[in-house]
Amino acid sequence: MTDKKVCLFSKDHEWVELIEEDHVRVGISDYAVEQLGDIVFVELPEVDSEVLKEAEFGTVESVKSSSEVYSPVSGTVAKVNSELEDKPELLNEDAFAQGWLMEVKTPGPFSKADLMTYDEYETYIENL
Amino acid sequence: MADTELEDLKKTPLYPVYQEQQIRLTDFGGWALPIQFTGIMDEHKAVRTKAGLFDVSHMGEIFVMGPNATDWLNGLVTNDVTKMEVDQAQYNAVCKEDGGTLDDLIVFKYSNERYLVTPNASNSEKIFNWFQQHASESVKIENCSDRYGLLALQGPASATILRSLTEAPFESLSSYTFLPEATIAGISGILLSRTGYTGEDGFELYLKAEDVPALWKALLDNGEAYGIQPCGLGARDTLRLEAGMALYGHELSEDVTPLEGGIGFAVKTTKEADFIGKEALASQRKAGLEIVSRGFELLDKGIAREGYTIVDTEGEEIGTVTSGTKSPTLDKVIGMARLKKAYAKVGTEIVIQIRKKEAKAKIIKKPFYKKENREGQKE
Repeated sequence: MTDKKVCLFSKDHEWVELIEEDHVRVGISDYAVEQLGDIVFVELPEVDSEVLKEAEFGTVESVKSSSEVYSPVSGTVAKVNSELEDKPELLNEDAFAQGWLMEVKTPGPFSKADLMTYDEYETYIENL
Repeated sequence: MADTELEDLKKTPLYPVYQEQQIRLTDFGGWALPIQFTGIMDEHKAVRTKAGLFDVSHMGEIFVMGPNATDWLNGLVTNDVTKMEVDQAQYNAVCKEDGGTLDDLIVFKYSNERYLVTPNASNSEKIFNWFQQHASESVKIENCSDRYGLLALQGPASATILRSLTEAPFESLSSYTFLPEATIAGISGILLSRTGYTGEDGFELYLKAEDVPALWKALLDNGEAYGIQPCGLGARDTLRLEAGMALYGHELSEDVTPLEGGIGFAVKTTKEADFIGKEALASQRKAGLEIVSRGFELLDKGIAREGYTIVDTEGEEIGTVTSGTKSPTLDKVIGMARLKKAYAKVGTEIVIQIRKKEAKAKIIKKPFYKKENREGQKE
């Protein structure tokens, strides 16, 4: 399970976990999931497709609404959490473990620029 | 939502309760109301299997009174008010001359000289003004929306829960009838109506605004043993959609006639009295509709949301999604569409443009859910 305290966060509520120097796992925060409510559908990118930092890479839909998710990194999609296709509710159950969205291979070492630490993110959402 | 943003919104009598319990509130058409208490799915399922309690106090309440009340009202609504019995409720539309829908609402008949009309919150002021514009000397029109609240108790356990709180003979009420003056949990003067917006058995309770918090608490406390849940507007929307019921602003609008919006059953173009919109609606009915409202089921993955474009299998635009979600009860993605009549037949395959993708769907019968077909009711 991903320890959320070691994750980095974007302002759009995505989290990033460093797996290797040039390989990260991406998801959305428990705060984002709570705002969305019961999640019923997740649309993810194709493996091997390119994602761009701050560009949309998928959609998370709750009963009530549809929300785009934005990639916190640029790179190539190495893996997607295909379990979410049949069990989107895994995101509600645990956004930091079974609810991860994709893994991205970055062209060079992963850059933490513009991302927040867990503590910074906590402060950020408190002030929203 | 920050307190400063909430300040500008209209509040129901339960606002202090929401504040005290720190329930998250949303701007719902200018009203501060909860979308959910625990979760839309949970609340939805509670209503289908047990009971749910909704605060719908934002709905409007307009009284129409006077010796000429029946005929006057009959000239403004699409259904036939002269056919109503005392203590009966009737679903209606109010239209413009061109047949466009100003609102859909329920009319409650106290007597030949006294009716209660309950418009949607967002149309309440508009309907009151419309009524006043067409006022006659022999009727008195009174907007009591601020003085009344409305709680909806819905679900198979509703009657059992109500029984524990009242002596009123509500069991004999059939659908769309009411008791004008019931006492529940010691609170008198409640209009107890066997109506609702969920497709389940249930009751709507109109009462004085100041009594709403006490009734809310009494129903939740007494209903706890029967699995009652407080429900927000999110579940109200998914429940009405499964039940195939139109929602103003989605299936109905000033640009859509009630015939096109799927509530033609409430339009009596053959009634004797003239009513505003009658000519337009009668001629539309005679000529046949070009655009209709239909239910669909998505066959491919995704969720079809309001506003998405619908095309035929050749790619030609044929309509728009008016409501859509994943049905919590049926576990499939359903929705309602405004589309060309030629594609309205049950079984017709249509294509919905979901962002960059195209998803197949097919026209199916409404309602999507009927309580008679409920499975696992006793669970």
